[in-house]
Amino acid sequence: MSFKNIRREDASRAVIVHGILLTYTLVALYPIFLVVINAFKTRKAIFRDPMGFPNAETFSLEGFTKVLAKSNFEVFFYNSFTVTVITIAIVLLLAAMAAWALSEYKFPGNTVLALYLAIGIMVPIRLGSVSILNLIVDLGLINTLTALVLVYVAQGLPLAIFILTEFMHQIPKDLKEAARCDGVGEFKIFFAVILPLIRPAVATVAVFTMIPIWNDLWFPLILAPGDGKQTITLGVQQFIGQYVTDWNAVLASLSLAIIPILILYLIFSRQLIRGLTSGAVK
Amino acid sequence: MAHSGPMTDWRKARLPVIAFLAPATIIYTLFMIYPLVDSIRLSFYATPSGGEAAFVGLDNYRTVLADPDWAATFWNSFWNNMKFFAVHMLIQNPIGIALAGILSLPRLRFRNSYRTMMIMPTMLSVVIVGFIWQLILSPVWGVGADLLDIIGLKSLFGPWLGKEGSALITLSFISVWQWVGIPLMLIYAALLAIPDDLVDAAVVDGATHFEVFWHIKLPLVFPTVAMVSILTFVGNFNAFDLIYAVKGALAGPNFATDIMGTLFYRTFFGYQLQLGNPHLGATVASLMFLIILAGVLFYLFAVQRRLSRYQL
Repeated sequence: MSFKNIRREDASRAVIVHGILLTYTLVALYPIFLVVINAFKTRKAIFRDPMGFPNAETFSLEGFTKVLAKSNFEVFFYNSFTVTVITIAIVLLLAAMAAWALSEYKFPGNTVLALYLAIGIMVPIRLGSVSILNLIVDLGLINTLTALVLVYVAQGLPLAIFILTEFMHQIPKDLKEAARCDGVGEFKIFFAVILPLIRPAVATVAVFTMIPIWNDLWFPLILAPGDGKQTITLGVQQFIGQYVTDWNAVLASLSLAIIPILILYLIFSRQLIRGLTSGAVK
Repeated sequence: MAHSGPMTDWRKARLPVIAFLAPATIIYTLFMIYPLVDSIRLSFYATPSGGEAAFVGLDNYRTVLADPDWAATFWNSFWNNMKFFAVHMLIQNPIGIALAGILSLPRLRFRNSYRTMMIMPTMLSVVIVGFIWQLILSPVWGVGADLLDIIGLKSLFGPWLGKEGSALITLSFISVWQWVGIPLMLIYAALLAIPDDLVDAAVVDGATHFEVFWHIKLPLVFPTVAMVSILTFVGNFNAFDLIYAVKGALAGPNFATDIMGTLFYRTFFGYQLQLGNPHLGATVASLMFLIILAGVLFYLFAVQRRLSRYQL
């Protein structure tokens, strides 16, 4: 085979490969794109030319004004944001502490405890909802964001501990031994030496903890469905249920839920993929 | 991965070890393990109207599995859930594997951009995804028909989400569209981890990229494929949000889209005139737990054990 042929073959293969990838990318993105562009159009334009871009004639923000006037979107955002950030902070700290103890110290039951803490990776916490509701009622926490944080911390811990334990095994022994020889206490070794070292794994854990929480409908629906306590997912669900025939408002509320996640994703996608490909998750 | 186990004897640091482990273990036990165990306990109790909860043995299970009204609903949701799972296994995972294979081709340009964009739907809330597709497939808007028109298939368009025969399949495809990112990401990561020398020999022998993928790479990432399958199983038998957002708790039309998650919700909280019943809800949850446990044990003992024998 001559070089010319090889090159031609390469070129035609590249066309096929990029053709497949572009087609699937379009399938993945177009539905989202369609909703977002139509949120910026007049009601007439949404129906007359759904696939067109908004232009000077069809541009309208009436959907957004309606959503902001008729629902508490700022409150939904605030609730989701508070719950997610507090949960991530607690999960990271507690999981790092537990992962450190499991990976560093030899104690009876070490393996059993590691397995016990891993059960939650496979068994969905939702299946315990009947008792969780009873527990939250008994604690007087119904309709509070605290209830959501407690449940989400329990939900996030197993995978976080698993990922961080794997990661901590890779920390060089010399570092810890050097600190110990200097007579540094065990608490200080963790907080001053180890915690700063796990930064690369933190992004991965944070993303894996954040996405299911931010997007969850089940627990907000069960534990905190009341006015003023809805998260963004529940808020949008209730709002759309109410204004189902108002296309401007529906499209605008969906866009308001989509856009922040897209921005966050674009910022963190590199770290997410790096965490995955570096073997933090197996 | 072969790493040495924990090295430091804890007797030199009892207090720190307990302090490190206690908070996570306590919260996890109280809000995850205790509710799971307590839900199973509750499934053996019933509350007669106005009375105290009393132990009734397997009565609740008999009701859910054998009472004519209940059993029909339960098995309907079970088989619907199996179909939902089958669509994911047959469509989502093969697409994810194929895309991961293409993305891991050597010297591919724009690799990262493709990957970032293809995974995007996976990041969105299931509720939002449900509404997006409900709008696009709505005959009122008609954009779905317009899109099919582009590829010349307009005549196929119909109110798929509203018809008893097609609603469940349509919802399964919507879910596949969202979750393709999971097999894509995990299998792509596994493909990247394959050492080059394993592939180089075959390339030198003149194997095509497809042959290398099919005969060398795919068998090597089989453990990841098995893991993706069990994650799909657990995720599908625990699904709820999509059906609830698009079809409501009644999972219409005529329960055609009812799956275990929606059945659990209705049993627990009630709907329309039927009151919720926590004990029957706990029973449905325990049955879901058994189904998921069966899947996980099958994975651990049958798949995982056989795989590890062939691992490098």
